[in-house]
Amino acid sequence: MDFYRSHVLICRGTGCTSSSSDKIESKLQEKLIEKGLDKEVKVVRTGCFGLCEAGPIVVVYPEGAFYSHVKVEDVEDIVEEHLLKGRILKRLLYKGAIDEEKIKSINEVSFYKKQKRVALRNCGIINPEEINEYIAVDGYMALGKVLTEMTPEETINVVKDSGLRGRGGGGFPTGLKWEFAHKAEGKPKYVLCNADEGDPGAFMDRSILEGDPHSLIEAMAIAGYAVGAEQGYVYIRAEYPIAVKRLQIAIDQAKEKGLLGKDIFGTGFNFDLEIRLGAGAFVCGEETALIASIEGERGMPRNKPPFPANKGLWGKPSLINNVETYANIPVIFLNGVDWFKSIGTEKSAGTKVFALGGKINNTGLVEIPMGTTLREIIYDIGGGIPNGKAFKAAQTGGPSGGCISAEYLDTPIDYDSLTALGSMMGSGGMIVMDEDNCMVDIARFFLDFTVEESCGKCPPCRIGTKRMLEILEKITHGEGEMEDIDNLERLAKNIKVSALCGLGQTAPNPVLSTLKYFRNEYEAHVLDRRCPAGNCKSLLSYYIKEDECKGCTLCSQVCPSNAISGERKKPHVIDKEKCIKCGACIEKCPFGAIARK
Amino acid sequence: MKSLEELKKIREDAIKKVKMRKDSGSIRIVVGMATCGIAAGARPVLMTLLEEINKRNISDVTVTQTGCIGFCELEPIVEVYKPGEEKVTYVHMNPEKAKKIIVDHIVNDKVVTEYSIGSVKK
Repeated sequence: MDFYRSHVLICRGTGCTSSSSDKIESKLQEKLIEKGLDKEVKVVRTGCFGLCEAGPIVVVYPEGAFYSHVKVEDVEDIVEEHLLKGRILKRLLYKGAIDEEKIKSINEVSFYKKQKRVALRNCGIINPEEINEYIAVDGYMALGKVLTEMTPEETINVVKDSGLRGRGGGGFPTGLKWEFAHKAEGKPKYVLCNADEGDPGAFMDRSILEGDPHSLIEAMAIAGYAVGAEQGYVYIRAEYPIAVKRLQIAIDQAKEKGLLGKDIFGTGFNFDLEIRLGAGAFVCGEETALIASIEGERGMPRNKPPFPANKGLWGKPSLINNVETYANIPVIFLNGVDWFKSIGTEKSAGTKVFALGGKINNTGLVEIPMGTTLREIIYDIGGGIPNGKAFKAAQTGGPSGGCISAEYLDTPIDYDSLTALGSMMGSGGMIVMDEDNCMVDIARFFLDFTVEESCGKCPPCRIGTKRMLEILEKITHGEGEMEDIDNLERLAKNIKVSALCGLGQTAPNPVLSTLKYFRNEYEAHVLDRRCPAGNCKSLLSYYIKEDECKGCTLCSQVCPSNAISGERKKPHVIDKEKCIKCGACIEKCPFGAIARK
Repeated sequence: MKSLEELKKIREDAIKKVKMRKDSGSIRIVVGMATCGIAAGARPVLMTLLEEINKRNISDVTVTQTGCIGFCELEPIVEVYKPGEEKVTYVHMNPEKAKKIIVDHIVNDKVVTEYSIGSVKK
């Protein structure tokens, strides 16, 4: 019998899998067989639920019981208590950081209440490795509709009218891009998917590939029909093994069902899809570099124009969008343009997925309507800043983005408002920083990344970012001069206008935005030789407050460099020469007698 | 895939299998599955309910289980919640009675009074 009375969904995204959700799954299967429940209870492997902080996540239907931080040892209880006796395991239920009482059903979790899941609509609901589950949620119906009822021009008009903008970077109108590729001369044409996703802290594309790979396949087939292409390539980094595996399974299943291949739906339309693995270079997310990489060349960008729509893969017209952009396509055709436009703001229709990270209680993936404020994301969905610390800034758009300070918490987030603030939507990484984060050090961190990842083709990026990094290092080491800040700003502005590709042009953003909102922190490093956030090691020193030290010797016992000395029951002292500023003594001191400044 | 109809056919079958995760149906059938219920034979009752619902393509019903309802001597117990109506508690259930409840109560909206707790208690 294949009718089950209960479905147990286990998150098998990268996050939960690395916290042993694979072992939970196999243990559960084993237990169900042992108890003779394997024909009544179905185990469903899903993609990311979004609330990665609470992982591994297990959801039991029909109750919708939302279990968090599940361990392999808990499986026995889930089977014995919940599945056999029908008692919900209160101790495992997810307790949201902003909820006072324990929550029962997944639908009642406040983390999800302000969200609107469009691109992530099937993640955590269906089994990505079973095509029929995708078909059950109207999968491939949009492709069927487009192929049997619409012309390519009508298809493009729907995408244009929806107001969908590219979710990977600058927010270029997607429909316009489709039209350029459609009108371009030359054959064959190609449809490409940018699944390179290299931003530190961003993982929405990976999660869609892991949780709902068929929506990408369906969207690319629709795009193929619209622009006149019969072949598509998904460029995905090899560092995403689960995503690669699931996408391949999905492609194979779609081929088997005749949803890819020849004469789809008997309409005469042919479309095929293949995966191309990238070695994980940040620059390959830049479309021209990505194309070079697929061709087998070294992944380096080139000047635009000509744009890929006219001269792309192997010099042929190519349409390229990223995963999240494609994931929006099928649902626009299913629910209609008006529905899509009713979500979001006038100039930024729809939703955006953010990967919330850093100093925030609910780290994970959130999808919100455009126009939601930063405050709502951080406090209502993200559950606020841990340990009662104050919010300082949010870095959006990864290394290419900028920092937004607390005074702009109520700005509605869309493409244009973020650009106006000197940041950008980018891929959607959102790293939250609290009062303990030094903004100069944050700029240094991102520059360090850019310098490592620069392909080296153009001098502004290869040399310029390296010089910026050197200045930032000098300042964080407490050796900066005032003219360094001026030089840094001048360099940043120069690189922004002279670099060859988007990577180089946006590399100075972290510097420029922190200079704009947190210039006083730069000045404190230079003028006072002080790090206001207490973060830059070179500028800190540890000392023991004589009045409060009881001479318990705990600090000297944990000090790894033997820098603390003193007699028992008498105030101790720290030898600043020997101190390596590791902070172990502060954590250990029961009297709060050790401070750093 | 040769036609849209073929896809729709697959979809119809597939929907039944994931429906549980979308929204709980408007009618809820709850089966007591504590030790007392299981010992009295609640499992075959539960399975019969599911089979009947599946066989008849009834779409807006969810079957869940619960712990001990309290009247252990009346187990197996099945409770039916219809929106806007009072809960009906059926006792001393068996697979045959379960079938009748699906047909009479769920499909034809007629409470099977003789199996209900009221008539047994009298």
